Amino acid sequence: MQCTNILTHYKMIKIKDLAFSYSKNNVFQNLSLSLIQGNVYGLLGQNGVGKTTLLKLLAGLQKSTKEACRVNGLHPYSRQPEFLQDIFYLPEDPESPTGTVNQFVRHNGPFYRGFDYTQFLSLMDRFEVDPGKKFRDLSAGQQKKAHISYALALNTKALLLDEPSNGMDITSKSVFRSIVAGHISAEQVVIISTHQVRDLENLIDPVIILDQKQVLLHASIEEITEKLCFHTEPQVPAEALYSEETLMGYSVVKANTGGVHTKVNLETLFNAALQHKEWFKEHFKNGR
Amino acid sequence: MEFKDHQAIYLQIAESVCEKILHGIWKEEDRIPSVRELGATLGVNPNTVARTYEHLQQREIIYNKRGIGFFVAPGARTEILTKLKESFFTEELPVFFRRLSTLGIAMEEIERYYKNYKQ
Repeated sequence: MQCTNILTHYKMIKIKDLAFSYSKNNVFQNLSLSLIQGNVYGLLGQNGVGKTTLLKLLAGLQKSTKEACRVNGLHPYSRQPEFLQDIFYLPEDPESPTGTVNQFVRHNGPFYRGFDYTQFLSLMDRFEVDPGKKFRDLSAGQQKKAHISYALALNTKALLLDEPSNGMDITSKSVFRSIVAGHISAEQVVIISTHQVRDLENLIDPVIILDQKQVLLHASIEEITEKLCFHTEPQVPAEALYSEETLMGYSVVKANTGGVHTKVNLETLFNAALQHKEWFKEHFKNGR
Repeated sequence: MEFKDHQAIYLQIAESVCEKILHGIWKEEDRIPSVRELGATLGVNPNTVARTYEHLQQREIIYNKRGIGFFVAPGARTEILTKLKESFFTEELPVFFRRLSTLGIAMEEIERYYKNYKQ
């Protein structure tokens, strides 16, 4: 098939039997995950499940062993220059430096190989934020947009965004989706962690759900569409795998037996996966 | 673009591409936006748009010129019309008939309304 070439690229991020603990608190055990370039991954999970920790491990900000974690063939925690110039991690609440956005970007951007200042300006323009302003004179949402414009304009091979849509207004969320969808290249991996799945619906594909120190689900939207159906129905049908009551009736997840492709509802998917862990592990190959 | 809840996103995008062709906004042999461009316009993952284009290619509504892009196939309009009529007769019309029988409406009544509408 011609169009699947985006999906069959090389595994840029390889995690194998990763274990990680904060002193006595064991966060990951035997976690394995391979991520392919050209994709915008959505990293989902309940609070405290380790989404941010996983991003930090990939960015080299937390310690992993050489065997457990590789990004572009390099070990993150060794923090070699060729690793650091091609990865960027944007925390949920990035620190905003003193001085103007422009100064910050001009001073720090050149450390990254793919940095494109013109592109930064055009992204700021789309977000309607003035780069000549000082960070402290911008609202929290505007600061976030400045950081995101910077992060995207670095054009790193791996881009890790922790809750990027937090603090953005409705219009900005849609601009953000549009920018990321149009920006990502076939050589890049973007990972977006979020618990606000609605903000990023239609942008993230594949979906990764973390749970109990491991990967509970790792599947493309295509695979999910083929295996599951999402409906709103007046009553819960007997064959429903999962259902939740909404204003419109019941939001239902069923095994897809009729070959009909419905729209994936990430929120119900997430809840269904947490409630039926064994079913999901059995029916999805989880990127293996 | 507002997405509805029931149908897969790639199919909804396919429908909107077909609408554009039907209404002559995109004409036969016109080049249509690339996967990335349309993804950016809609704020949708490029994988999804790639799937839409694959789907439309299989139905011979668009075709791919290697290295240049996607184009509206000759005969696309007729193809779309045929498909839409087919689904009207097999999917929409039975629902309509069921409604008629529930409400006890005779075909003659409908005909009268239809004639009025046409005038």
